[in-house]
Amino acid sequence: MRNDRPETGGFFQRDRLWHPPALTPGYKTSVVRSPQRAPIAFPHTLSEVTGPTFGRQILGELDNDLTLNYARPGESAMGPRIIVYGRVLDERGVGMSNVLVEFWQANAGGRYRHKKDGYLAPLDPNFGGCGRTITDEDGNYAFRTIMPGAYPWPNGINDWRPAHIHFSVFGHGFVQRLITQMYFEGDPMIWQCPIVATIPDRRAVEGLIAALDMQATVPMDARAYKFDIVLRGRRSTLFENRLEGN
Amino acid sequence: MAQQLGRLKESASQTAGPYVHIGLTPNFCDISGIYPEDLGQPLVNDKTKGERVAVVMRIFDGTGTPLKDVLVETWQADAEGLYNSPSETRGAADPNFQGWGRFPSNMETGEIRFETVKPGRVPFPDGRMMAPHISLWIVARGINLGLSTRMYFGDEAKANDADPVLTRLEHQNRIATLIAPRDGDTYTFDIHLQGDRETVFFDI
Repeated sequence: MRNDRPETGGFFQRDRLWHPPALTPGYKTSVVRSPQRAPIAFPHTLSEVTGPTFGRQILGELDNDLTLNYARPGESAMGPRIIVYGRVLDERGVGMSNVLVEFWQANAGGRYRHKKDGYLAPLDPNFGGCGRTITDEDGNYAFRTIMPGAYPWPNGINDWRPAHIHFSVFGHGFVQRLITQMYFEGDPMIWQCPIVATIPDRRAVEGLIAALDMQATVPMDARAYKFDIVLRGRRSTLFENRLEGN
Repeated sequence: MAQQLGRLKESASQTAGPYVHIGLTPNFCDISGIYPEDLGQPLVNDKTKGERVAVVMRIFDGTGTPLKDVLVETWQADAEGLYNSPSETRGAADPNFQGWGRFPSNMETGEIRFETVKPGRVPFPDGRMMAPHISLWIVARGINLGLSTRMYFGDEAKANDADPVLTRLEHQNRIATLIAPRDGDTYTFDIHLQGDRETVFFDI
């Protein structure tokens, strides 16, 4: 049994030198989609420290299995079978329970099931490309999928995205909301990618690279990659009518 | 030497990319049969308390072109000013209003249109009441870190004039970028990512 009260403190300030800046001309689309003026800070209010929660009743049985959730009965998606697992933590190292984690990706050939993707690699009739799960009491999540392929994109004349899975994560407060991408250990394309290169600090890039974990594999079935996600930490002191502190 | 603080660093953000719909609104982009419905819409049902209003939103890039692949999430209090969140300590919010919405723009026009209720007022940390507002989080191809802003309501001039967030802006001529004019039941909110009419974004 747990009798923790919900936390209500404000969040640690975001380190904007760690995240990619808005304007990163190597990633061309950012040039006209980046604000030029500085973002304005103000103390967190309830509007920032509160956030939506999602119950497990939204989850379908196959929501965390991309090999099967779009496949015809008796079939499954084509490609190297993998398990992706990890924890959602905050900057204090606290596991984030009951947070919604959503993910989407291309198929094994690098093709997305989206009408704007015209890449000549074919769609896989048994692969949709999305999944979701909710973390357990300790912040753990896991899902099964196939390894996505690299794909070309119109940025430079010959730019290719490394294999990646997009992640969308909710915390407990709306300002913890985060979208990022997971890359795969050992992929040489990571260090050539203009989107990866929007991140100024190499250590921050390394934080997005999932490690191959042979101990977590299912023999004769699927290899495993471990990917921990860190969200903003939170001050512990009650918020209302008090000065913030720790 | 002092002990290390030992904190972890937040995972670095990356763009949501042009295919964000696959993950967040699969039914909207014709991937059906995985989830019964896309999350985050509609915001209101028959039992939701409060005044129904419509919001029409467009998001423009630095050339004045509307983004057609943008996705906006909304977060707001209920009609009484309470958030439907475990971190809300002042009381129980309307059970028929989650307060969170997720809206992809129309892929041809870039328009976002949704129905909600006008939120009640919520206090600033010093106890002053903020004007009614909806918090917005904007992601898209070309946006490396989700952009945070607020939409205030054009028919709340008196509350807006005293709002603790709006009044602290150094450049008061930029307040107008956060206020959606009302026409009938509809508020129109144009967001400009860049340029002369650039919307105020927040570092929160």
